[in-house]
Amino acid sequence: MMWLTWRQFRAQGIAAAAVLAGLAILLAATGPYVVHLYDINGLATCTGAACQSPSGTFDNELPWFDPVLYLLGIGIMFAIPAVVGVFWGAPLITREIEARTLPLTWNQSVTKTRWLAVKLGLMGLASMATAGLFSLILTWWSSPMDSVLEIPYGHRLSFERLAPVLFDTRSIVPIGYAAFAFALGVTAGMLTRRTVSAMAATLGVFAAVQFAWAEWIRAHLIPPVTTIVPLNLADITQAATRGGFLVVNAVPILSQQGAWVLSGQVIDTAGHPFRAPATPACQTASFSACQASLGQFRLRDLISYEPASRFWEFQWVETGIFLAAALALAGLCVWWLIRRVA
Amino acid sequence: MTDALAASGLGKQYGHRLALADCTLSIPAGHVVGLVGPNGAGKTTLLHLAVGLLAATSGTIEVLGGRPASGPAQLAKVGFVAQDAPVYAGFSVLDHLRFGKHLNPGWDAALARDRIEALGLDLRQRAGKLSGGERAQLALTLALAKRPELLVLDEPIASLDPLARSEFLRSLAEYTAARQVSVIMSSHLVSDLERICDYLIVLVASRVQVAGPVAELLASHGQGLEDLVLDYMSRPADPAPRPATSPPRRHDP
Repeated sequence: MMWLTWRQFRAQGIAAAAVLAGLAILLAATGPYVVHLYDINGLATCTGAACQSPSGTFDNELPWFDPVLYLLGIGIMFAIPAVVGVFWGAPLITREIEARTLPLTWNQSVTKTRWLAVKLGLMGLASMATAGLFSLILTWWSSPMDSVLEIPYGHRLSFERLAPVLFDTRSIVPIGYAAFAFALGVTAGMLTRRTVSAMAATLGVFAAVQFAWAEWIRAHLIPPVTTIVPLNLADITQAATRGGFLVVNAVPILSQQGAWVLSGQVIDTAGHPFRAPATPACQTASFSACQASLGQFRLRDLISYEPASRFWEFQWVETGIFLAAALALAGLCVWWLIRRVA
Repeated sequence: MTDALAASGLGKQYGHRLALADCTLSIPAGHVVGLVGPNGAGKTTLLHLAVGLLAATSGTIEVLGGRPASGPAQLAKVGFVAQDAPVYAGFSVLDHLRFGKHLNPGWDAALARDRIEALGLDLRQRAGKLSGGERAQLALTLALAKRPELLVLDEPIASLDPLARSEFLRSLAEYTAARQVSVIMSSHLVSDLERICDYLIVLVASRVQVAGPVAELLASHGQGLEDLVLDYMSRPADPAPRPATSPPRRHDP
């Protein structure tokens, strides 16, 4: 069975290894210089506001192709689990159904249950290894730039490793995603029995799960921390008057480096959601005058966030959940094979 | 001696469609059995039940004393060539021999090599590029080299030209003559079966019309095999009740 699994996977496995090797060479050639720039600008040792100026220098000295590679790397890491699910998972069974080879394979001296178990196991491991290796080299290569992007200075947009996009494409979660996408592909193939339908279903469901997970579920895995910070008037984005009362919204900003800010609520000195009669400036004058007039309320922001220190905790928990989901789907496939497909 | 195949009240239904009904058979081992019937009579269903590719909806079936496909030992005892002799199009002939070796503990590598050599097949040739006859021979080689006690062939030669058909039957007859092996082979062409079969089952409209040794059938009917089969096929269906909702099947699954 191991021979058969390898023989059928060979071409795809070699293709994946070639892409991995090519990327590794490219990253090995360009990565050390990024690390060098990071070190000589003192970004490894600076703290707080002192990082602001060296990070600007780092940005300026970075060769043009590094940001391109950086974005490409993020794209690759998003694509890998989906590709694994669509091209390795979905056709695993449908290809045999369409080529009508199952009667041949299932009448060798190997039960169909063992046939599926070995294929699921070995191909699942191959999927995880592929995602793991790509993630390993890209996480290493991107880490100086990831760190610089986390430095908050001025109001420049910062990207946190813990926030969606970077979190999904770094370290070990891609392994969990790949295992899940693969098992999802096999399950879709089992249910639809057609390669094209299975591929489409896998891509659609996986993309939806990944998006929904990052957007609505991840933050609930570990209850967020809340903190109250003075509201910077410049962060106010909206100050509307509704029924004679002010409605104030602001961008939640936290000076804590790498924190994933989830939400903010403008509150008054007593800690209640802010509610006050509209100031004259907000009723008649410009937005900036209105903003300035709000200073008298000594507004604060109740911010809910996940601290950067929880990165690995989140990584392990999420990887574990997706691996468990992959195992459950694999179990469903075996059960379905025994019960239904014959 | 254990029967090659023993079925009792065996039935298979797809939804409301009846593919095989109330099939009771007892085929002693050591025969070359011909399974004849018009297209859609349930031949493939019966054979798939025998090799465990399908599960019965009623009744029981035992093959060589065991439940079909119940485990590696049972699978090793039965060789099967499915309709149109499927092989892996992307695999070379040699890959197929490796496939057989890796998936069958009882694999007879010498037998496989000798057959491939005798057939004049190129080991490096991709199976997808073989002719229909060569593909059928390759599939038969895979089934034979696992050294089965029972060989199940589902219309292995239906799509072959007369020469390839004759070649296939000759090599099959050669093999069975030299060894203790039972064969069940389906076909809608009586002339093919006549050459090698010594036992006959006629299946019409999901039901077994007759089953027995060819010699006995011929003796009691006093006519040629072809006429005998035609006679059975054209008889009115068994009086046993059939669901009114099941039209005669036109295609094998």
